Amino acid sequence: MTKLIKNNQVVEDSWRLISDKNITSVTDLAQSEHIIVPLKVWKSCHEQLSQKTTIGVWLDSDEPPTLLADDLPNLPLVAINFPVFSDGRGFSYADTLRRQYQFEGELRAIGDVLRDQLFFMKRCGFDSFVLRENDTAEEAMASLQDFQHAYQGTADNSEPLYRHR
Amino acid sequence: MYQYDGYDQQMLDDRVKQFRSQTQRFLKGELSENEFLPLRLQNGLYIQRLAPLLRIAVPYGLLSSHQLRAIAKISRDFDKGYVHFTTRQNIQMNWPRLEEVPDILEQLAAVQMHAIQTSGACIRNVTSDQFAGVAADERIDPRPYCEMIRQWSTFHPEFAFLPRKFKIAVCGAQNDRAAIRVHDIAVELTENEMQEVGYRIYVGGGLGRTPVVAELINPYLPEKDLLTYLEAILRVYNQLGCRDNKYKARIKILVRAMGISAFRNKVDQEWALIKGGTATLTDKELARIKKDFAPRPYETVDVLECNQNLNQQSQQNNAFAQWLSHNTFAHKIDGYSAVTLSLKRTGIATGNVTDQQLEAIANLADTFSFGEVRSTHEQNMVMADVKKSDLYLLWQELFKLGFATPNIGCLTDIICCPGGDYCSLANAKSIPVAESIQRTFDDLDYLYDLGNIRLNISGCMNGCGHHHMGHIGILGVDKRGQEFYQVSLGGDPSLNTSLGIILGPSFSHTEIAGIIVKIIDTYVQMRVEQESFIDTYRRVGITPFKEQVYDKAD
Ligand code: SF4
Repeated sequence: MTKLIKNNQVVEDSWRLISDKNITSVTDLAQSEHIIVPLKVWKSCHEQLSQKTTIGVWLDSDEPPTLLADDLPNLPLVAINFPVFSDGRGFSYADTLRRQYQFEGELRAIGDVLRDQLFFMKRCGFDSFVLRENDTAEEAMASLQDFQHAYQGTADNSEPLYRHR
Repeated sequence: MYQYDGYDQQMLDDRVKQFRSQTQRFLKGELSENEFLPLRLQNGLYIQRLAPLLRIAVPYGLLSSHQLRAIAKISRDFDKGYVHFTTRQNIQMNWPRLEEVPDILEQLAAVQMHAIQTSGACIRNVTSDQFAGVAADERIDPRPYCEMIRQWSTFHPEFAFLPRKFKIAVCGAQNDRAAIRVHDIAVELTENEMQEVGYRIYVGGGLGRTPVVAELINPYLPEKDLLTYLEAILRVYNQLGCRDNKYKARIKILVRAMGISAFRNKVDQEWALIKGGTATLTDKELARIKKDFAPRPYETVDVLECNQNLNQQSQQNNAFAQWLSHNTFAHKIDGYSAVTLSLKRTGIATGNVTDQQLEAIANLADTFSFGEVRSTHEQNMVMADVKKSDLYLLWQELFKLGFATPNIGCLTDIICCPGGDYCSLANAKSIPVAESIQRTFDDLDYLYDLGNIRLNISGCMNGCGHHHMGHIGILGVDKRGQEFYQVSLGGDPSLNTSLGIILGPSFSHTEIAGIIVKIIDTYVQMRVEQESFIDTYRRVGITPFKEQVYDKAD
């Protein structure tokens, strides 16, 4: 099992990521627990999959959270994929999920996730991180504490600094 | 200027620590070149033709004498003893060593300076009017708003990986000296009918390959809504801006593709979700920031006597008279002037200043201008609060230092990027072109007769020298491996913004000064009475210039 950072701790990953967006038959998926399926699969097999309570959905960087809006209250986990670290759309998606849709489940960053981005990701509302291959979760933990303060109000702390200065 | 508190300082210190560890990981081989790239860029560090280049932020152009001395020392200890002032009011060092950059940043942080977000696809250093807070034509001081934008945009977690770089400029005066409408967002301070402060917001301006003048998106945004509105614009851009082609990634392309009204609707939708929320500015915060920009403890000056003395000194000394009329600027307060230090002396690379000069300027600022200087978009420096009775003394000192060239606003006050001498992206050199033009137009009386002419030079399409915005623009181009120069006419950086139009086929380095002479001759022949270059151009169009320039060349 891979390790990941979740709620500021290194833990074993209990979820399985289904990365193939072109799966058509989901009978075996519908049997499994704790899987994260692509948005496209979730949409096309909605009836079978939405019965289950242990299914998460992942969004690619060109799939904004509005596409998932109706399902959010029942989802335990949403993952956002960063195809390359420099594609920053996922930061806005995270903010939208947390603040606009009030999503309270696990919000996971997957894909090309750099340890040096963790602090910003956390501030945007992510609470779990699967790091890219050459970063280890243990080493990356330190980056969550890169800064003691921040100016803006964001999803993890909605008051801007100047409101308590 | 803004005074850091413990929070501000801690953030800088944390940043230095973070970058030190990133640099170490890179040097140990734990981070690849590619992975280190965005990290160093967000700390202002480029790898250039000859060495790394470190770009240091000068927030909206304000520098204390204390900071100037620190920069001088750093340039001496870590670099070659000089720095370069850019058109974005920042400072560049051309020869730092990568392994020493964390130490440089640490020394900068000790004087509340940094290189945060001076490059990379993020929100860059906010720029403004170099006469902010003192200009006689100013309605509202832009500096507090610049500072609020600076704090909001610094380490904004959502907007650190945008499709492209993002620039915001603010102005609060009748005349725009910051070319705001060629920025991604232009903030023009204004008042509504009830005299409440607010902003006129423009979006989608920019230079580079596709120069565009920003369009009006909001004619009146209330004062406290500034940050929520900016956030809404950025959120739309971050999600919809093009990410697979860097030439189409700026917000100007998105705005143009969607059309301004569709873009406005999108922003309004996003804004509706956060408007009035916690990111709304508070009275307390506005007051906290504004107090750091309160008027200086100005002395009462006997203006009548002062003016008499200046008249007398001018009559006795023509060089002083020229300087007084060209390098000083009307101040809000009677008895005070703002003084521009010309960094455009012929033979000196535009915008370059040595460590010793920086220290001398710091001393003069302490004596004459409340210990503060500013950097300008035109790559000069300003002492904003000089008592009129001190002008003669200050001039003598500046003259000795070589900063009293009385050419502000003239043809030889050239904006010029570092070009092929320093920059790895250049198609052509730009500094020697500036120099050849300055040498050709060396008669001050003739320059004064020509009046205000803005000449801008860029070494490539990236347009760091804002060639599109010059009344006369020069752009370095590559013609079968040879350095050539394309000339454009009719750009205008004022609120009346326009972009230059290409005159025709390009010229070699040896031809260029002669071509400028022909352009100027055409203007002199065509102008009526006191008409300025840009007005003449607008009246007669480009054709007479074309005819004169290409006629004999053909
Ligand atoms: S305009 Fe081109 S040559 Fe000049 S500094 Fe910018 S990138 Fe370099």
